[in-house]
Amino acid sequence: MRPLTEVETRAVFEKLGKYIGENIQLLVDRPDGTYCFRLHRDRVYYLSEKLLKLAASVPRESLVASGTCFGKFTKSQKFRLSITALDFLAPYAKYKVWVKPGSEQSFLYGNHVLKSGLGRITENTAQYQGVVVYSMADVPLVSAWAPPGLREGYETGELPHVLFIPQGFGVAAKSTQECRKVDPLAIVVFHQADVGEYVRNEDTLT
Amino acid sequence: MAAVRVEAVLAAAEEQEAEKRRSIAVEKELELEYDLGNLLAVDRNPPPAAALRGAGPRREALLRALARDNTQLLVSRLWELPAERAGGAGGPLVAQLPEPAFRLPREKPPPKPRPPTRWEQFARLKGIRRKKKTSLVWDEQAKEWRRRWGYRRAGGDPSRAWLAEVPAGADPEEDQFARLRREKRERVARNELNRLRNLARAHRAGSAVPAAPLHPTGHQDRDELRRVARVARVSTASLGRFQPRLPKESAEPPSRSGGKKRRFEPLLGNLAAERSRQLDLLRDMGSKKPVLDITRAVNKQLRQEEAEAAAANKGKKQSKRGKRGRRQQRPGRSGKKSGARRQPQQQKPAGTGRRKKA
Repeated sequence: MRPLTEVETRAVFEKLGKYIGENIQLLVDRPDGTYCFRLHRDRVYYLSEKLLKLAASVPRESLVASGTCFGKFTKSQKFRLSITALDFLAPYAKYKVWVKPGSEQSFLYGNHVLKSGLGRITENTAQYQGVVVYSMADVPLVSAWAPPGLREGYETGELPHVLFIPQGFGVAAKSTQECRKVDPLAIVVFHQADVGEYVRNEDTLT
Repeated sequence: MAAVRVEAVLAAAEEQEAEKRRSIAVEKELELEYDLGNLLAVDRNPPPAAALRGAGPRREALLRALARDNTQLLVSRLWELPAERAGGAGGPLVAQLPEPAFRLPREKPPPKPRPPTRWEQFARLKGIRRKKKTSLVWDEQAKEWRRRWGYRRAGGDPSRAWLAEVPAGADPEEDQFARLRREKRERVARNELNRLRNLARAHRAGSAVPAAPLHPTGHQDRDELRRVARVARVSTASLGRFQPRLPKESAEPPSRSGGKKRRFEPLLGNLAAERSRQLDLLRDMGSKKPVLDITRAVNKQLRQEEAEAAAANKGKKQSKRGKRGRRQQRPGRSGKKSGARRQPQQQKPAGTGRRKKA
């Protein structure tokens, strides 16, 4: 495990910034503790200082993962965001896309979102903007998707509940304006990661 | 017919003889300069410049004739040299060439002087000079001159020495012969090590790149300037550790191992400093966003066009363009950028106008 170099940090922040914009500051500088990014075997982990000190005592070859894996660096040093970062992207996401229940299943299998399956989309979404995909299930749930810093402060039942559950994230293929005009079978959101990967890629997720 | 043919043959033969004689004798204004040791002949006669101008068969013929004449002169001189038969009576005739007078330039660059060895540096420092030693030493035992070292040396054969005294402070149980052998081995090994070290030093010094001129010349390329800047930065008393960076220089310090080993921040280093560094980085990244957001401008333009289309449809029914219609048209025509800039000023009056109509 080692800290990220400046080049690597820049790559990670650029990728994260596509989804959450300037809210990365809230990840870097948190009121409830010191959290940091560490690189281990080409994967970027986000962990608290306490956990970091514990993980530092494990030998490098034996350590599998620590904290939350945000993504990994490919062989050509490009950063790919993984689904395990959804916890931290969803609360701070600037641009959201709601998917109809019918095509939510299709998205969870790894397909792109078509215009026919698009429920709602945030206004002023630019083309190729990173978006978080939500499902439009009507059932309000007590969700666990509170912003990570606030979880400890609430009793059970008092958690702020979110109506919509984040299903993954993607890249907007068309801007909001164009989405209105395009035909129903056109792709509007490119699939990047979905929660179905927890089952599909069970072996390789860390 | 036969007579004519005989005459023709005789005339041809005579012409050939004359040709041969002509070919041996060559007339030249200036004598050639000969360096027979190098088989070199230098012709200083000015050639007819007019004939040599321009490529062509005439030029070729002239050059060929020139070469033939000069070669003929050189060969006739060679024939004048003292010659002998090599390898007995039937062997070839070999001329004895004199010493070459013309010095040819070097083919390869001259060898660089090797750097002095550690002993040579020390000797120069102390002023020690080589004592000339005689190669033969008088051996009292054998009563004759023997070599200083080597076969049948002056002190007798060291491997046949049958007595090795125990020195005063030494352990009485120690094997002196073994000690002598061991010490000889160590001496030899040390000598070899030093020889190899000197060799390595010389080799390293030879392959070191000579320093480029450090003063700006005005036509240095980017890599040279970068190299020179790096040298300049390191030429301070603290070897460039506290030297502020130039505006466009990279932030990573040059590694001492020449880029072979990467060095990272410590795992549990100063976390507060790391956080502040990341926040600064975020600020820098955020500030570089372009002032004009192209997509926003495009979206605005699209909305503007939609509004125009809607207004035009309504306008067709009412058939009234007027000032407001023209004012709506102008920002749309002048292009995206200026359209985006003028929108905030002109959108409002146009909007209110439309609303009144509707």
